[in-house]
Amino acid sequence: MSEAVTALRGANFDGAVTVSDAGLRGMITLRGDLGDEKLAAVVKAAVRLGMPKPRGVKEGAKGAVAWMSPDELLLMVDYDKADAVVSGIDKALKGDHFLAVNVSDARVVLRLEGQGVREVIAKGAPADLSPEGLPIGEIRRTRLGQVAVAFWLSDAEILHLICFRSVGAHVFNWLSNAAQAGSLPGFLRPD
Amino acid sequence: MLILTCPYCGINADETDLHGDGEAHIPRQGAGAAEDDFEAYLFHKKNPRGVHFERWRHVFGCGKWFHAARDTMTLEVFGTYKAQTFEPPKALINKIKKKRLDWEGYMK
Ligand SMILES: [Zn+2]
Repeated sequence: MSEAVTALRGANFDGAVTVSDAGLRGMITLRGDLGDEKLAAVVKAAVRLGMPKPRGVKEGAKGAVAWMSPDELLLMVDYDKADAVVSGIDKALKGDHFLAVNVSDARVVLRLEGQGVREVIAKGAPADLSPEGLPIGEIRRTRLGQVAVAFWLSDAEILHLICFRSVGAHVFNWLSNAAQAGSLPGFLRPD
Repeated sequence: MLILTCPYCGINADETDLHGDGEAHIPRQGAGAAEDDFEAYLFHKKNPRGVHFERWRHVFGCGKWFHAARDTMTLEVFGTYKAQTFEPPKALINKIKKKRLDWEGYMK
C-alpha cells in the first residue's frame, strides 16, 4: 500500500499565531437520523462519546464527533482506524437509511495556536468569532475567503480547522498571511 | 448586508454564506404540464417591491434549504422558516400584517 501523507506535508508557520498541519486524521461523514438510538450507539462504539448538541463538538481519548447539520455528523478517529469504523457502522446500521463514508483523504486538518486565533479567522470568515458568537466546543461551518471551511476551538488558544484537500495549500498560505506578526488588532483576545 | 437565521442550525448567516434561489412556494410543473403552466412556472415571478417570500440555502454552512420572508425594498427580515411546508406559517403572516398595514397578504 502507498504511504499516506497529508496535503501539507507537515507545514508550519510561526507568526502572530502558529499555523500547522495537524497531520493525518481519520474522518468519517455519517448521515442519518440523529435522533435514532441505533445511530447514537454506533457513534458511541466509534468514539466513546454521546451525541453532540446542534453545532457541538465532543472530544475524547478515542476521537471526536462534530454536529455538521441536522442529519450529519463528522466522526474523527485515528487515521488507520477509519475504514474499520466505517465497516462497523455499515454492519450495525444495515437496512437503515444512512450513509457512512471515509473522507479522511479528501480533507486537510490545520491547527492554529496562540492568543489571536479568533482574529486570524475573523479576517476572512463572515462569522461571529467572539467568545459569545463561537463558544469553545462549538463548530462553525462557513467560508474562509472563497472556500468552505469548518472550525472550532477546543481551548481559548487552540483552533482546529478542516477544509478540502484540494484547497489545503491555499488555506495554509492564506492563514499564514493572515497571521503575520504584528497584523492582529488585539480585539478578540481571551480573557 | 443581509443576515438570515438558518432555521436548521440556528446560525445568523451572512448573505455570503448563503445562496439565494428566488421566489418560494412555487408549485412544480412537470413533463405533463400545459405549455402556459410550464411557462408561468419558469418565468412568471411575483418580484414584488415589498414583502417577499424566498428560498435560500445555507450553502457554506449546514447545507439546508430554507425559506425567508423579507422586504425587498427596505431589506427588513420578517423571519425564516423550514422548507417542509407549502406556504408561510400563519404566525409569520400575522407578524408581517402588523408591520405592513397596506400589505395585501400572502397570495399563492
Ligand atoms: Zn444552517
